[in-house]
Amino acid sequence: MRTLIPIAFAAIALAGPACAAQLTPEQQAAHVLNRLAYGPRPGDIARVAQMGVQRYIDQQLAAAEPLPPELAARLDSLSAAKQPAGDSLRAFLAVRAAAKNNGEEGKEQRKEVLTAMTLQTAEARIARAVDSPNQLQEVMTDFWFNHFNVFVGKGLDRALVASYERDAIRPYALGNFRDLLGATAHHPAMLYYLDNWLSTADGYTPRSRREAAGAKGKSSGLNENYARELMELHTLGVDGGYTQQDVTELARMLTGWTYDNRDLALHDAGFRFDPARHDRGDKLWLGHAVKADGQREGEYALDVLAMHPATAHHISYQLAQYFVQDQPPPALVARMAQSYLASKGDIRSVLRTLFSSPEFMAPEAVGAKFKTPYQYVISAARAGNLPLADTRKTLGILSRLGMPLYGCQTPDGYKNTQDAWLNPDALNRRIAFATQVGQYVDAQSLQATLGGSLSPRTLGVVADSAPPLRAAMLLGSPDFMQH
Amino acid sequence: MKRREFLHALSAGAGLVIPLGRNAWAATGDNPNGRKLIVIMLRGAVDGMNVVAPVGDPNYARLRPRIALARPGADGGALDLDGYFGLHPALMPLMPLWQLKKLAFVHASGSPDATRSHFDAQDYMESATPGVKSTPDGWMNRLVANLPAAATPTRALSIGPTMPRILAGRAAAVNIANGAAGTRATPLDRPAVSAAFEQLYAHDARFGTAYQQGRDAHREVMAAASGKMGGDAMASEMLAANGGAPLPNGFPDDAARLASLMRNDPNIQLAFVALGGWDTHANQGAAKGQLANRLQPLAQGLAVLAQRLGALFDDTTIVVMSEFGRTARENGNGGTDHGHGNVMWVLGGEVAGGRVLGDWQGVGDQQLHEGRDLPVTTDFRTVLAAIAERHLRLGDRQLAQVFPALPARPGKLDLLRA
Repeated sequence: MRTLIPIAFAAIALAGPACAAQLTPEQQAAHVLNRLAYGPRPGDIARVAQMGVQRYIDQQLAAAEPLPPELAARLDSLSAAKQPAGDSLRAFLAVRAAAKNNGEEGKEQRKEVLTAMTLQTAEARIARAVDSPNQLQEVMTDFWFNHFNVFVGKGLDRALVASYERDAIRPYALGNFRDLLGATAHHPAMLYYLDNWLSTADGYTPRSRREAAGAKGKSSGLNENYARELMELHTLGVDGGYTQQDVTELARMLTGWTYDNRDLALHDAGFRFDPARHDRGDKLWLGHAVKADGQREGEYALDVLAMHPATAHHISYQLAQYFVQDQPPPALVARMAQSYLASKGDIRSVLRTLFSSPEFMAPEAVGAKFKTPYQYVISAARAGNLPLADTRKTLGILSRLGMPLYGCQTPDGYKNTQDAWLNPDALNRRIAFATQVGQYVDAQSLQATLGGSLSPRTLGVVADSAPPLRAAMLLGSPDFMQH
Repeated sequence: MKRREFLHALSAGAGLVIPLGRNAWAATGDNPNGRKLIVIMLRGAVDGMNVVAPVGDPNYARLRPRIALARPGADGGALDLDGYFGLHPALMPLMPLWQLKKLAFVHASGSPDATRSHFDAQDYMESATPGVKSTPDGWMNRLVANLPAAATPTRALSIGPTMPRILAGRAAAVNIANGAAGTRATPLDRPAVSAAFEQLYAHDARFGTAYQQGRDAHREVMAAASGKMGGDAMASEMLAANGGAPLPNGFPDDAARLASLMRNDPNIQLAFVALGGWDTHANQGAAKGQLANRLQPLAQGLAVLAQRLGALFDDTTIVVMSEFGRTARENGNGGTDHGHGNVMWVLGGEVAGGRVLGDWQGVGDQQLHEGRDLPVTTDFRTVLAAIAERHLRLGDRQLAQVFPALPARPGKLDLLRA
């Protein structure tokens, strides 16, 4: 796959002059900061314009900038976000038992532990999103988290979501799609969320008393939840050409993919393939005759799905929708899908194709996306130099704007289109947030930070307004709703 | 049979003389905005076979050894509806409405499209164009534009942080937040702040309309919440009385608020609320458990809604629907997977209730769709169109706008009394 990179560079070289002719260097810098990053911080636009947009893109794709010491220290202090999944689960199970057995005191204890877990996990995510110099990695972490969404409110996932993002998503966010797919498929947070940990061959009976205890022990038979979403959402897409029969057969291939709460809590042992739970019959899936082969059947399925042309198209479409516009240009999606298949699912290669395309740098793409609530809040924090010190408040804002962090209940994750987020109440609520935080922001430096992304009309209205309102007006302006 | 004739038959029953009086078809003098529709959407596919359970079918318990509801009278048994169907015991708060014949169910109903994708199926149910993904708007939005009399900013109201697909489209629709935040003052209520933002948004091509709609709706909702609309004085008193007593969280709370808003603001004609958490693939429970825990506040909220709408309930129809049903058989994990046919719930003053309607074919292995699900024998659009025509008084042309390509020959369904 490495051999293909020079071709990608050649494409950049061809596309470069064409886009330079249409946007000024400052506009280009603002555009890449709005899309590859969560918007500009003070001085960013000038800095990127000076270093060159292409160099910035390369730097973001490499994602190798050291973290600033303050951010590193802050992350280091967030033990609940750092600890292994097993430690979190052990703490979770302990306070769950306490809440059951120790009355009010136990409930109080549970609340305390779970609140700390939630706040620290969220603080780590938000601090990186605001302050990490590797912005694209943070953007892609959020993108893939939504793509492979799990819901923090579903039982044990409260304890597992930190590890899921840290161990299964972030390391692969700019890597190979098959690795990312595999990491999510094996992680207990996903096994639990979409119920595959419970799924067994028909007629399975547990072998020991320990196995027979709990929800897992009581289960015997197929659960098709994960198999369906694996094809519909994670890989092929809903129109990817599979049938109900394919869902059932894939679910059979994935029986035995499980984990054990006790082993995870005591020994930090995550994924386990349990041959006793596995359906040992042959399968016919997507036209492939699959011989009984234990865990290899599921790995084979992930191989096939990762390299399927429908997956290449689906992933490319979603990336182009996220980074370019809500209705992405079909020709661009097709080129990205080619790049996906040629690079065997290398996410960097697909993104290079995207970022070097004339469609990405086209004037009509600039500001075309309506910010999601998350993008809105993070970009305000960056541009306005807001510390977002009180994570509880930040989470409250995200909830009020309709996008609680880790709080999407359904496996499709949050959408990123204007249709999904623009509504009369949303603007009211964003403006309310802008008004509240605006009092802590210096309007003049905010205006300088946002540079050319503010329209002359907005600048005129703001200049004519009372000074104490100006920062709120900039953050609540139509210009800042979009990116 | 022409569509209009058919729909007459559908709602009144073939050969039935249309009664005269307040609810008569040609009644005039009604406030044209006085007829209300509330749609509650259960996202995630509620297990209809355990909502209105065919406890009288010998195959029911066999299909669901761990999660079937017991027969009426047994411990945790279903609530008897008609000797064959039983209601989930967590829905007890709805039994008075059933006994008053203000609650009906349409079983084995749903979308003719075969998809078992939540997201496609919800999309089809909200666009009312099954199988067509390109429909730009939702049917409730088309309804806003096609109802008699001029629309106002708050004709259609959604409770929730985002605008649902069902209300997406060209006509104005507003949303307010769940919980008390929906009717709380914002910084934009300060004149200096609103004047400043008014200028920023006044001529904005992309966001100007949404901004203005949001402001208008907020003002109207705030006025309604404080009882300044000159609507129903009782409702504001009730709201004030509730100020001291905490309401139960979640849906019952929103239902109470919605009822007060609708009583106080006669302009609100259509309302939508979505509730999640119905995708019970594992351990859904029977009389108790996960599904029961979701159904209980839903039933409580619907009962609160009916009660607090007061006299307005007579002019209101409430529909509860979900994108598809779940497998007739329980799966290996005491749950159910994605199925097909489901049950729709219809409540209201004009509902010819106390009956389970629809073309029910039983749950014998031979009757199941693809050997696993309830079949769809009543298209969901048939139910909605009957309500739109008979209750909301939509004409033929308008009906065709709201529900294009209505199925040609759906079964007879005496859903409404009028």
